[in-house]
Amino acid sequence: MDSSRKLGRLGISSSVIRKFGKAIAESLFAVLIGLLGGALLMLAYGYDALRAYRALFLGSFGDLNGFLETLAFATPLILTALTFGIGVRAGLFNIGAEGQMYLGAIGAVMIGGALSLPPGIHLAAATLFAMLLGALWSIPVALLKIFRGVHEVVSTIMLNWVSFWLAMYLITYHLAEPGRAERAIPAQETARYMVIGASLTTVFIVAIGFALLTYFILWRTTIGYELRLVGYNPDTARYAGISIMKATVISFFIGGLAAGLAGATQVLGRPPSWTVYATMGNLVNLGFEGIGVSLIGRNHPIGIILAAIFYGGFLHGGRFMEFEVGVASELVRAINGIIIIALAMPELLNILKRVRRRRRPT
Amino acid sequence: MKLGALAHRLIWTAVGLGLLALVSYELSQAGIRPIKLLETALLPMTPLVLAAVGECVNERAGVINIGIEGIFLITAVLGVFWAEVLGSGLLGILMGGLFGAIIGGILGVISTYGRADQIIAGMGLNVMSLGLVQYLLMAIWAFPGIHVFPRELVLPRIALPTPIGVLRISPMTIAAIIITLLTALLLYKTLLGLRIRAAGDKPEAVDVAGINVNRVRIFASVFAGFLAGLGGAFMPLAWFGGLVKEVSAGRGFIALAAVVFAGLNPILALAASFIFGFAEGLAFAIAVTPGVKEVIPFHFVQMTPYLVTVIILAIFVTSRRFPRALGKPYIRE
Repeated sequence: MDSSRKLGRLGISSSVIRKFGKAIAESLFAVLIGLLGGALLMLAYGYDALRAYRALFLGSFGDLNGFLETLAFATPLILTALTFGIGVRAGLFNIGAEGQMYLGAIGAVMIGGALSLPPGIHLAAATLFAMLLGALWSIPVALLKIFRGVHEVVSTIMLNWVSFWLAMYLITYHLAEPGRAERAIPAQETARYMVIGASLTTVFIVAIGFALLTYFILWRTTIGYELRLVGYNPDTARYAGISIMKATVISFFIGGLAAGLAGATQVLGRPPSWTVYATMGNLVNLGFEGIGVSLIGRNHPIGIILAAIFYGGFLHGGRFMEFEVGVASELVRAINGIIIIALAMPELLNILKRVRRRRRPT
Repeated sequence: MKLGALAHRLIWTAVGLGLLALVSYELSQAGIRPIKLLETALLPMTPLVLAAVGECVNERAGVINIGIEGIFLITAVLGVFWAEVLGSGLLGILMGGLFGAIIGGILGVISTYGRADQIIAGMGLNVMSLGLVQYLLMAIWAFPGIHVFPRELVLPRIALPTPIGVLRISPMTIAAIIITLLTALLLYKTLLGLRIRAAGDKPEAVDVAGINVNRVRIFASVFAGFLAGLGGAFMPLAWFGGLVKEVSAGRGFIALAAVVFAGLNPILALAASFIFGFAEGLAFAIAVTPGVKEVIPFHFVQMTPYLVTVIILAIFVTSRRFPRALGKPYIRE
């Protein structure tokens, strides 16, 4: 009673707390289902699931170095998750982070690797150009949706593949490092974020900053309010005179900026490579994984930061799992998918409660 | 009004097919034989039409599955696995269908009784399959990302005499066309078809008639999953002759585009799949043509099917009517 009054003075009502509590419980429950599903998959092929998970969590959260590495893995995920999250807030299912991120990385290589600029300006220019390319790649999707009614699920996936082959072409023919065909030109010294420790660089702070900025835009500005209203109830929004077209374009544009920045983090802020490999192995799937991260984080920028750190730990710890038990580290992606499916059922907890009540002898 | 829309769509399909005929005539002048072009178009068409026809039924019943890509990927791996175990490519494809039906059934249950957001559940299936395929490749064959199986397992193509030459066609392609026709009959001429269409448009009416809406929807999901599973296993076992981790390469979404283009009509889905398949076949035919392959980097050829899909959707698809209860779980009031 006393503590709730204290929180009340801070402007937090008990219903808000209950809402947050329910959201967190649902996310944790879904994660549990994902881990169980992963364990079943491992047991089916005779792997020791407990040892695998132990290696995963000790590797990613067990010591400082591992945790810094986890944060490095979380950095791009925060941003690709924001792409999806801000889409959902505007009632869109934007799964185009993958392709927009490829072009962001290409943009970072173009300015950060292929050009020479004074320090300071170089880093800023490379980052901004990457974001801009990502955003530009998302605009056709918005226009196709508004003017031709093409659903964004299909158009974003198609453009992801176009972007994949475009990026592959540019890396192979125009941006390859001379004498080293396996990768693009690395970012120059002047276009690199400072290393904090392990693979973590100051670009992590930029990603957090972008998430906070997104939060500010969504909940503290008129545009953000309109955007959320369009997502919440398009009919009401139309009735209130809000331009759905504007909200759609802005949502895709901010999402594109985030995805472009996600690509840039892998080039300008990720030792030891500081570039894109010719197979794009260090980029592929980061966009899709953002979908799971966003859903675990309830499509809320703050939740997304926490979920990204959690899932970054999975990506980093997956390698320990592979080393210790021999399970392919990609299994963590399957777990992510199971978590998404579990989260798709918002009433899962209620249904379980109902089943338990029915089973109880009267 | 409804007939007008159908006529409109039929006209555009005819225009598309006419353009294709014109393009193939031009290409035959350039030295690519139309029969070869048809062969390369029918292969990519087959998985697309199987999945698209199934999804037409699924969406008619009110369930939307954007996880076709995931079913393609998983059944491709499991189909190859069972083909090796059973020593037969055809049995492998059928096992792919079986696993597709199981996945479809699970999705159907969580979309109905689980009251899931179907778009998110489908995307979850896609994300899951990205990791699951690589995990299964390692767990089953202990080799990352790629698996080559014995050539005998590849389903042979049969020679079909036609007026323009001998066409080498996969028996699965013929089966897919027959399935399309039968599905159209099922949807429009049978009681079950009526119930499926009503489950998507007026679930209350189905309920009042004493029929379980959820069961009809789950049946549709299992059916759609079965066909998508056949398509997924078709790719390695009757087309590529090998398995890579990105075996379906977005085709699950091209199938979705075909469903949208067709406005949930199976026959039009066949036409749309042929057009999208033709784009892929054409791109590769151009890519291997001497004099062209030196000029156009193969990356741009790879892009073509995806660009064509978006462009066709943008140009030809305007107003479509989808079932009223599409994507919404049925809750009795």
